[in-house]
Amino acid sequence: MSSEAPNPTGDRALAPEAGAWRGTPRPWLADLILLAIAMLVPIVDVASGGLGLIAPAKSIFIFAIVALGLNVVTGFTGLLHLGIAAFMAIGVYAFAILTNESYPFRLSFWPALFLTLPIGAIAGFVLGSPTLGLRGDYLAIVTLGFGEIVQDVLRNVETVTQGTQGINPVAKPFVPWFVAAEDGTRTFAWTRISVAGDLAWYILLLLILIGVVVFVRNLERSRIGRAWMSVREDELASKAMGIPPVRTKMSAFATGAALAAFAGGLWASTLDSTGEPANYDFQVSILALCIVIVGGMGSVTGVLVGAVVMVGANDIVLDRLTQFIQQQKLVSDANVLGSPNNWKYMLFGLALVFMMRFKPDGLVSRKGSGSRTGGRA
Amino acid sequence: MEMTAAEVFFQQVVNGLSNGMIIALIALGYTMVYGIVELINWAHGDLFMLGAFFALTLVGIFGVTEASGMGATGTIVVLLFSSALFCGTFNYAVDWVAYRPLRKAPKLTLLVTAIGISFIFVNIGLFWGGLPMEVFGGGNSAAAPKDFPPLVPAQALFGNEEKVHVSVRDGLVFGVTVPLMIALWWLVRHTKLGTAMRAVAQNPTAASLMGINVDRVIGATFFIGGALGGFASVVYSLYNNTISFQMGFRAGMDAFTAAVLGGIGSLPGAVLGGLLIGLTRSMSDQYLETQWTNTIVFAILILILVFRPSGLLGLRAKEKV
Repeated sequence: MSSEAPNPTGDRALAPEAGAWRGTPRPWLADLILLAIAMLVPIVDVASGGLGLIAPAKSIFIFAIVALGLNVVTGFTGLLHLGIAAFMAIGVYAFAILTNESYPFRLSFWPALFLTLPIGAIAGFVLGSPTLGLRGDYLAIVTLGFGEIVQDVLRNVETVTQGTQGINPVAKPFVPWFVAAEDGTRTFAWTRISVAGDLAWYILLLLILIGVVVFVRNLERSRIGRAWMSVREDELASKAMGIPPVRTKMSAFATGAALAAFAGGLWASTLDSTGEPANYDFQVSILALCIVIVGGMGSVTGVLVGAVVMVGANDIVLDRLTQFIQQQKLVSDANVLGSPNNWKYMLFGLALVFMMRFKPDGLVSRKGSGSRTGGRA
Repeated sequence: MEMTAAEVFFQQVVNGLSNGMIIALIALGYTMVYGIVELINWAHGDLFMLGAFFALTLVGIFGVTEASGMGATGTIVVLLFSSALFCGTFNYAVDWVAYRPLRKAPKLTLLVTAIGISFIFVNIGLFWGGLPMEVFGGGNSAAAPKDFPPLVPAQALFGNEEKVHVSVRDGLVFGVTVPLMIALWWLVRHTKLGTAMRAVAQNPTAASLMGINVDRVIGATFFIGGALGGFASVVYSLYNNTISFQMGFRAGMDAFTAAVLGGIGSLPGAVLGGLLIGLTRSMSDQYLETQWTNTIVFAILILILVFRPSGLLGLRAKEKV
């Protein structure tokens, strides 16, 4: 925010300044570079005999989708949302209940996956309709409370959700892939991706992520996308221009929830289980928020970069460092500081504090470089 | 001896009021900071957790581990005041380092910063629990909950121990929290600093034009709010005998709900809200299932925010545009 023009609506404008919807001059260029890297990673990994980059990439892709959903709410529309993990959990459990044998639906992968979209949107609508008139910080707290309630309900209604055991197995996608025949040769045929099929998952998730990115980028430029951004920039002015603020926020909320639930369906399928409800706690919501904030609020490319940076640091770098230190016996196992995995909270905390203080626009500013002075007045 | 239904109820009222007073003390820290800078000080619950770890460290240093007359009493007084000083100073320092540079930034920037600070605090608590001291379990499992020595006996102060009674611990809770609340009320109403605080809460620009050093007043507010959290952490630890690096989230949400219920920004509101949340928790634990208690507290929080954001005693007008 520039010092001469303090934002009058202050509270909901995390990243104020007008005219942002045009985005970077050539947004597709950055996306294509990311895509090229994403295509190179498995080739390099396989060629070098397995660096182990493919398996953790699954969570990068899925969290990128969660964060793209959060970005619609927080980045495009400027509403701080602290309970996105709840919608992911709703998608996870909806997918599991729709596909698991012990429930009456028994759908296969694709119909169940696409049903998570309307289910998530409805859940978003249910939470959003009474609360979206609230001021920004209260809305943030309500989303947090909703996240906790969803977790408690999933844990406590054991007859439906199996409580902390989780639901498994769930449906897996049926795709053309290499199948080992009896004589040891490999043929290309329709098959189900197993939990261990890392490379097949990598390709499938990458294709789905491309689809989501195209969808969100188009949404951003559509009438509704521009309405979201106008509400973020100045709610009063956009209302004067005939944009209904609550209904506009509602559509952002439902879209974000739908995308998070969709990612949840994918998550359940890659794990072949829902896992326990505590897997979708406040920390997961904050991971998604970190991705959006580190990458650059309101920037689709930024969210993708943020997902690589944050999930990469969380799932790859810290884990590898921990393994390395343990193998080399650099510090005793009892030393709490010596295990990088114990620094995760610190990583999230420092990421949020430093980004807010020094680079509130994120690593990839949605306005291109050089146009902002920073978030301090 | 079985307790009758009425006795169970009244015992739960006693427990609820004691827990409620602790929640109220933490809620005062939220409400004071919110009243003055309109920041939901997310890290306040985790500051409370750090206060408890600080107190346990002192217990380890003193080596006092049992309730034994004057020794324990002296220790408790030292714990209360040093933990308050620690939390107050820490809160003041965090305001200085993290929030002060963002004073003119959008409010949500400040809130996100506070969430970040809260995560940093949680991580500090995790490391703290790994200290190689006997009270922390010798540093073998940093994340495990820590036993806080029972410096205050649980025996009855009034009433029949097997029936409805007020224990020495309940006495401690009221003996610490009530004087602190009176002192706070006196400070805000009848001192120069309190007048300055109310002025800054009303209109920081006008206050600074009247010659009030706004940053100093905000700093003092953070110090006092943090100190109350420090007192609360010692009382909580002595009352419950278990602390964990993750307890700040739960305690913080209870206290924040209390502050919102009472009307955020209002000191009597925070106390009223704390007592109501304490009673709600103990009644829910008793008459519903324990695992639904948190859900009920969050449901109260959401319902109050949606239907009566000014809370029971709050008069705050709608958002300034």
